[in-house]
Amino acid sequence: MEFAELIKTPRADNVALHRPFYPAVEGTLCLTGHHLIFSSRRQDNAEELWLLHSNIDSIEKRFVGSLGTIIIKCKDLRIIQLDIPGMEECLNIASSIEALSTLDSVTLMYPFFYRPMFEIVEDGWRSFLPDQEFELLSSVTDEWRLSCINKEFSVCPSYPPVVIVPKSIDDEALRKVAMFRQGSRFPVLSYYHKKNGMVMMRSSQPLTGTNGRRCKEDEKLINATLRPGKRGYIIDTRSLNVAQQARAKGGGFEQEAHYPQWRRIHKCIERFNILQESLIKLVEACNDQSHNMDRWLSKLEASNWLTHIKEILTAACLAAQCIDREGASVLVHGTEGTDSTLQVTSLAQIILDPRCRTIRGFESLVVREWLQAGHPFQQRCAQSAYSNTKQKWEAPVFLLFLDCVWQILRQFPCSFEFNEQFLIMLFEHTYASQFGTFLGNNENERSKLKLPQKTMSLWSWVNRSEELSKFQNPLFEANSLVIWPSVAPQSLQLWEGVFLRWNRPSKFLDEAQEEMISIIRYNKELQAKVNALRRQLAEMETDERMQENL
Amino acid sequence: QVEQVKLLDRFSTSNKSLTGTLYLTATHLLFIDSSQRETWILHHHIAAVEKLPLTTSGCPLVIQCKNFRIVHFVVPRERDCHDIYNSLLQLSRTAKYEELYAFSYNPKQNESEQVKGWQLIDLAEEYKRMGVPNANWQLSDANRDYKICETYPRELYVPRTASKPIIVGSSKFRSKGRFPVLSYYHKNKEAAICRCSQPLSGFSARCLEDEHMLQAISKANPSNRYMYVMDTRPKLNAMANRAAGKGYENEDNYSNIRFQFVGIENIHVMRSSLQKLLEVSGTKGLSVNDFLSGLENSGWLRHIKAVLDAAVFLVKAIAVESASVLVHCSDGWDRTSQVCSLGALLLDSYYRTIKGFMVLIEKDWISFGHKFSDRCGQLDGDPKEISPVFTQFLECVWNLTEQFPQAFEYNEAFLLQIHEHVHSCQFGNFLGNCQKEREELKLKEKTYSLWPFLLDEKKKYQNPLYNPYFSPGLTLLEPNTVSFNFKFWRNMYHQFDRSMHPRQSVFNLIMNMSEQNKQLEEEIKELEAKIKQRNGQSDLVLVKEQQLPVRPAPTALKTPPCFKKDQPLIPVNDAVRTIEGSNTADNRYSEFVEEFSKAEPAVVSLEYGVARMTC
Repeated sequence: MEFAELIKTPRADNVALHRPFYPAVEGTLCLTGHHLIFSSRRQDNAEELWLLHSNIDSIEKRFVGSLGTIIIKCKDLRIIQLDIPGMEECLNIASSIEALSTLDSVTLMYPFFYRPMFEIVEDGWRSFLPDQEFELLSSVTDEWRLSCINKEFSVCPSYPPVVIVPKSIDDEALRKVAMFRQGSRFPVLSYYHKKNGMVMMRSSQPLTGTNGRRCKEDEKLINATLRPGKRGYIIDTRSLNVAQQARAKGGGFEQEAHYPQWRRIHKCIERFNILQESLIKLVEACNDQSHNMDRWLSKLEASNWLTHIKEILTAACLAAQCIDREGASVLVHGTEGTDSTLQVTSLAQIILDPRCRTIRGFESLVVREWLQAGHPFQQRCAQSAYSNTKQKWEAPVFLLFLDCVWQILRQFPCSFEFNEQFLIMLFEHTYASQFGTFLGNNENERSKLKLPQKTMSLWSWVNRSEELSKFQNPLFEANSLVIWPSVAPQSLQLWEGVFLRWNRPSKFLDEAQEEMISIIRYNKELQAKVNALRRQLAEMETDERMQENL
Repeated sequence: QVEQVKLLDRFSTSNKSLTGTLYLTATHLLFIDSSQRETWILHHHIAAVEKLPLTTSGCPLVIQCKNFRIVHFVVPRERDCHDIYNSLLQLSRTAKYEELYAFSYNPKQNESEQVKGWQLIDLAEEYKRMGVPNANWQLSDANRDYKICETYPRELYVPRTASKPIIVGSSKFRSKGRFPVLSYYHKNKEAAICRCSQPLSGFSARCLEDEHMLQAISKANPSNRYMYVMDTRPKLNAMANRAAGKGYENEDNYSNIRFQFVGIENIHVMRSSLQKLLEVSGTKGLSVNDFLSGLENSGWLRHIKAVLDAAVFLVKAIAVESASVLVHCSDGWDRTSQVCSLGALLLDSYYRTIKGFMVLIEKDWISFGHKFSDRCGQLDGDPKEISPVFTQFLECVWNLTEQFPQAFEYNEAFLLQIHEHVHSCQFGNFLGNCQKEREELKLKEKTYSLWPFLLDEKKKYQNPLYNPYFSPGLTLLEPNTVSFNFKFWRNMYHQFDRSMHPRQSVFNLIMNMSEQNKQLEEEIKELEAKIKQRNGQSDLVLVKEQQLPVRPAPTALKTPPCFKKDQPLIPVNDAVRTIEGSNTADNRYSEFVEEFSKAEPAVVSLEYGVARMTC
């Protein structure tokens, strides 16, 4: 298929563009296979807008006489409006955009066509390999091994080819455990807490069913992570009720009788359409500026967004607490172990592990705990808050995770090497990107699509000093401690940088931010200067003394 | 003195507590815990004391303070608890002004310092700064002896064309004699903010002098013929007042006025709104939705928005239309003070400086007779008179500082400190209900003014991001009052609940850093001077020296090899930067583990020392 077939009208003149915070501007609209391009005709002040079709969440058309209006709602929550003279042109453009923004085939997506203009210093596809991670681990413990059991994705389709498992468990046992866990997602290592040697594992639910099936190997596997006489915690991200109901469908949870050394805690974290609806409601509330106070607060409440944030953070804090304070190992799972499970395991690591609060460490965390762990990005991020087609698989799971990180960042503004912009950038790229990183639903699909060969990695672009400087937090000072965030409702805030970004001008806040950065920079300069002067003075003194001695 | 008293964590559902000794002094309640940390509570700050039913560990005593601190003690013996309770009740309820702390507070100032302190804020000077008296406005001596209006100050500015009979006539037609006077004069627009109380119009009464008065105000503004009259009350309330012979201006009787209601609720609504807000925010184990719906039901943010919206309306009339505005409510000392002072703050960048803010409070709140004593319940009196009107004003200002982080010289701590002292009765400024009363109490001789003390600690209250040339050519602030801009003021209502605040404060960090920058600048000057001096002594090393400063010296940063002076190079305030995020027990999620650890004695309990936090 050629893109040209989809583009009924490639170009329209005298189009007026309306977008947040800018006065309307007139210019020419062009459609290409992957972009909607608008450029103003004015020579003195040429303005251009490039919008990826894949960033378009939904479009609306309106007509007043022969003037057509297309309202484009983007996945990054921005809304722009195009006034196009001529009804036919407008209809053609609208249907072209519609077709181009809803391409079925992944291989037609922009990342497969994108040719980077920057120099590639480091191939992001090879930046975070499991072997490196394991090497780090082996330097502190020898109780774990790298298993290649999933080499051809033959055991678990949503796991990476290599996983870290207890040394005492052989591949044969793993195969049996895989049969006992939904989607074959057997327990694997997620995090090793150096401070006390406790670990966090993740998996999917055990397939106990109604008759309480058990699997000795499964019990043996997770018991292998316990110290003698110690107990562990299983954090089930579903309520007890939901977990019990899951048994009817063949799923279930670990029975006390079979896992006597483990305590199970149920924390209810929502999934799927409940989250998607929450996002839709929240964005709706934020976009309506006419709301009076009562209506705004009740809409904010009705969206339940902050409730989800609190639930996720609470569960993550609990997991971190079990590991760090109770000195116990933890196994986290929900149903499939690809959504709420990953929110909990990755946030717990941010709380526990200072490395995850650096830029590189955070990237590595996203790769390990989300991409390699098989969070189905393509399904979850197919549509964002403006989608009107109800599909079952969309859910802002990763956005919620980023929001939780932002909440912790707000409470510990000096403990993170990255800033809010970094998180917003990741949010944008999960929904629409020129990079292949977030395409596909798991490593298996990515390898079939040959993404590393055919597309550019987001990390190749981000990890260059020009880009990195935008994402660095000037206040960062490595904090080796565990950081416990407050989850009181009074401490949680709406993430304005994402949800109010297009609704309220941030000029004054941005300027204040710049001023803050310049104070910090000035401080560094002064310190350096003082030191230089002191040294100079000291040298002069020594010289003098030497001269005196002579 | 009572020993073995427990101080409970307000939000913890477990029985975690600090044990220590409780002392009662003449002015304070003091609790010293086993690690010698002190908690001081001024008796005047106590809003309510409550004894809860006896428990196995003792008799619980809950103290609510006006600065939103809530402490929960458990006293082992009921008898002691009862004694403390009774003493606190007596000590926190003062019958006479003379018994207030301000009259016994002695900050070791001599008399001339005391006098100078009171002279720090000079309102005559302030009116001069605004540009009055001038061709259209003059100082009136009508109220010099408080004969016309007891609750106004002696010195009032009125239009030149308003003769004494007009003033007298107008004052008789206004509630409590509070006739229209100048509150703020906008030099460039030649427009004025005036204030008064409601007219005694009933259903049909009119007063020619009052009509003349308003006309005089209109005419004092050469750039616009019409003026606005803002009634800050909801229309319904104003109409109800007509039945009592009060009411609002009839547009037919006054020429060239544009009348507008802005719908700020009365003191009673505000009081119960705050009460509801505090109930919600004080709930243990609060869920997000309960918090948000509680916030909504309390109406608090709605009221804050209404006050700020009214100020924005006023400012538009002046800045856009160059029209003068007359503001009133019922008596013209609550909502009117809020709107006039916020309007001036938005119009004039002077009020966004530390000194200017003091002036603003002295002018629109203290001198114009906001009843601080009644509203803050300084004396034991009618609880229905208490209302958080001034707190709302501070909260509006805080919201503005959040929207315009560079426009204000002062910071949040300044606002909180003023709030603290409005209730502390430690200084004379806020005692009493009006100037006349203050003069009778001889406050200037017997008590001290708060302002010099705040100025002495100026460093603490400075906003490091303040830029006096913020948006050049534009002194006017145009706040965005869309609902989502208003946030719950955590640092006010949970000031003492440390576990709720960010564990690292960017603000403190930047504040310290910009302070340190000044020191470093000084030091550079000093060092350069020394080097220069030495250069004069010997030319030998000259070449070397010139090269040196260009070279960065990263290794020297931490430990300059041959330098042993006091080290100003220590990283800015360690405590702020690298505190561990408190202990898990401070946060609500800990309780889940505790719950089942009870059944399982093998599990280690979750008691850890509280890591230090700064907020």
